[in-house]
Amino acid sequence: MTPKKRRRLAFVAAILAAGAVLAVGIVYELGQNTQYFRSPSDIAANQVQPGIAFRLGGLVQQNSVHHGSGADVSFQVTDGKGTVPVEYNGVLPALFREGQGVVALGVLNGTGTFVATEVLAKHDEKYMPPEVVDALKRSGRWKEGGT
Amino acid sequence: MTGELGQLALCFALALSLVMAAAGLTGARSNAATARGIAHGATMGMLVFIALAFGTLTYAFVTSDFSIADVANNSHTLKPLIYKITGVWGNHEGSMLLWVLVLSLYAGLVSALGRGGPQLTSAALGVQGLLASAFILFILFTSNPFLRLDPAPFEGAGLNPLLQDPGLAIHPPMLYAGYVGLSASFSYAAAALIVGEEGWARAARPFMLIAWIALTCGIALGSWWAYYELGWGGFWFWDPVENASLMPWLVATALLHSALATERTGAFRTWTLLLAIAGFSMSLIGTFLVRSGVLSSVHAFASDPTRGFFIMMLIFCAIGGALGLFAWRAPTLKGGAAFDTVSRETALLLNNVFLVAACAAVFVGTLYPLLLDAINGEKISVGPPYYAATFAPIFFALLLLVPFGPILGWRRGDLKASARALAPALGIAAVAALAVLAIASPRFLTGVGAFAVAGWLIGASILSFIKRKGARASAFAAALAHAGLGVTLMGVTGTTLWRSEALAVLAPGQTMTVGPYTLRFDGVTQEQGPNYRASRAHIALMDGTRVQSMLMPEQRIYPAEGQDTANTAIRTTGFQDLYLALGDDRGNGRWTLRAYVSPLAPFIWLGGLVMAFGGMLSLWGRLRAGAKVPSAMAQPAE
Repeated sequence: MTPKKRRRLAFVAAILAAGAVLAVGIVYELGQNTQYFRSPSDIAANQVQPGIAFRLGGLVQQNSVHHGSGADVSFQVTDGKGTVPVEYNGVLPALFREGQGVVALGVLNGTGTFVATEVLAKHDEKYMPPEVVDALKRSGRWKEGGT
Repeated sequence: MTGELGQLALCFALALSLVMAAAGLTGARSNAATARGIAHGATMGMLVFIALAFGTLTYAFVTSDFSIADVANNSHTLKPLIYKITGVWGNHEGSMLLWVLVLSLYAGLVSALGRGGPQLTSAALGVQGLLASAFILFILFTSNPFLRLDPAPFEGAGLNPLLQDPGLAIHPPMLYAGYVGLSASFSYAAAALIVGEEGWARAARPFMLIAWIALTCGIALGSWWAYYELGWGGFWFWDPVENASLMPWLVATALLHSALATERTGAFRTWTLLLAIAGFSMSLIGTFLVRSGVLSSVHAFASDPTRGFFIMMLIFCAIGGALGLFAWRAPTLKGGAAFDTVSRETALLLNNVFLVAACAAVFVGTLYPLLLDAINGEKISVGPPYYAATFAPIFFALLLLVPFGPILGWRRGDLKASARALAPALGIAAVAALAVLAIASPRFLTGVGAFAVAGWLIGASILSFIKRKGARASAFAAALAHAGLGVTLMGVTGTTLWRSEALAVLAPGQTMTVGPYTLRFDGVTQEQGPNYRASRAHIALMDGTRVQSMLMPEQRIYPAEGQDTANTAIRTTGFQDLYLALGDDRGNGRWTLRAYVSPLAPFIWLGGLVMAFGGMLSLWGRLRAGAKVPSAMAQPAE
């Protein structure tokens, strides 16, 4: 083998090794950091384990929003088939309204309450998060062309 | 009349772009001078007609001509004039027209500069013509901005208030100048494959630089906008739409470096071609992500499946065609020139490996959720921790190696001499690390490491300014761009690690503290803007019992659009931002208020600006050199 060929071989081997490390790293980190989207009916059907972070989406139940003395707030998220109580300590997005779609990030605690770390700010009233549309379609509450 | 005029102009532009494609590609043969003349003429003609169509649409927006559906859906008589104009590209149809306008401008520039020989230029114009015709067809069939409404409504529906912002007025044109600017490198690469010409990297260099500068500024502007407008204190959210602009930037940066080696020593010949194709492919994928409606965000103006399908076909043809051409023609090109293991080429190779790896990490994180949704309908999201664990270490490793690049010699470098030359930079790095240990609390190992690397980058840049007097503009350009990376790194690290935040529900007269600041809430007043109502909080920044200054974060409601936005109040010392966002009304005059203290936040965008300046310096050096040495290859730059 000529020195040039040997060098080229070493180079190709190094690139392949680096690519393998990258691929393993990416796949591992994807597995660690993927958050699933769940609807209230999924939770009602016991498909969600407590303590694992996920995204909850649905409509804010009418007359369910209660403000505490500080920045804490509680409300309920529904998709018509299931309803989940949510607790949150923070600023609600400007377009948070009863009867409107919402996506919250957090975990279920032992008593079945969703403790949100983030209520997502979606800044457009016409815009319904696609996950919420999907959840409403599955529970049969989606009306085409109207929200 | 205006609508019909615009429509007609688009049709003429389509015809001319087809002429441009046919004549340009014919002109790739050496004996087809007439075809080349036609290609140049058609290019200018297309540019004129696209500009006319764009001007017509702008006129319709300015005069609030609501008989045009696009204007009626996206404008309003009460909007300030500047937002009537920016509203032209604040919607799907208009923004696609802007896309094609930028594509035509680059085609015009390719034709006017005529760099790299008549055959190469002609073939590049031909490819540019193919791209233009495809996108004009896309506009005419799926996104026509000139469709009429009958009867015309008396008032328009308004523009998304988030887009009514000076930052956003220039963000899209800037980003497009970058995105679409990569089409010129793409066309030159394809032309080089057709003609078999090797000087393409030198010919395409100014276009790579312009695109890269615009992309850098566009990303920085978008990030700055997200910082002050969204009210979360963050500057980058790893939102798919942000990633869509980051990926072309990463590939374009790799391309700039790899093309340098190709141009100087002939190394990485085929790889550089592939990168030029990949860069614009990333732009096309970004356009697809943003414009097709597969992602819902402030950028997705409308979701219409035919549009998504059309763009997908377009991407498939463009990328597939270019890669096919590459597979067919690249083996006939000369192989890359040889270089030593220790050389600038190796440094540039490592630069490319890390940049492409970083891009791959972002690519997978962005597209995996879409793929999973398409396969089994499972909805997932990939959060910022994924990017922190993959993108950040790869980029960090890249930054460590950056100072070696400019200092190693071409073909054969001297590692020991280079290391000795860089020793003072290591000293600066140590000083930066010690300074962080002394000043910052709490002490984070990552923070110390990041500041050491920032010191290393900036120190090495200062060294090359001192030591290389009389060096070419390109050396200073590289030093500036690399120093900019260090500045941005400091900003990102400072804000990410040492940001303090406070959240309080306040009644008038009550105070809160955040970091070193004490804030007194003096209540909320209602204000009336031209097309919005605002709740304006009056916050006194206290110095003991004295009021030092007043900050007024707002929440605005836009009745025409039925939307609201947070307008933050930011007080900066240049080294630290005090950032206030008004939250929700809790009754009895009580409001929630969010406050952040972000150390070094302005450095994030300052670094971007420094990088862009580096790019501009390099561009200036190029164009000057090109003008000074007129040759048979390059016609005068004027």
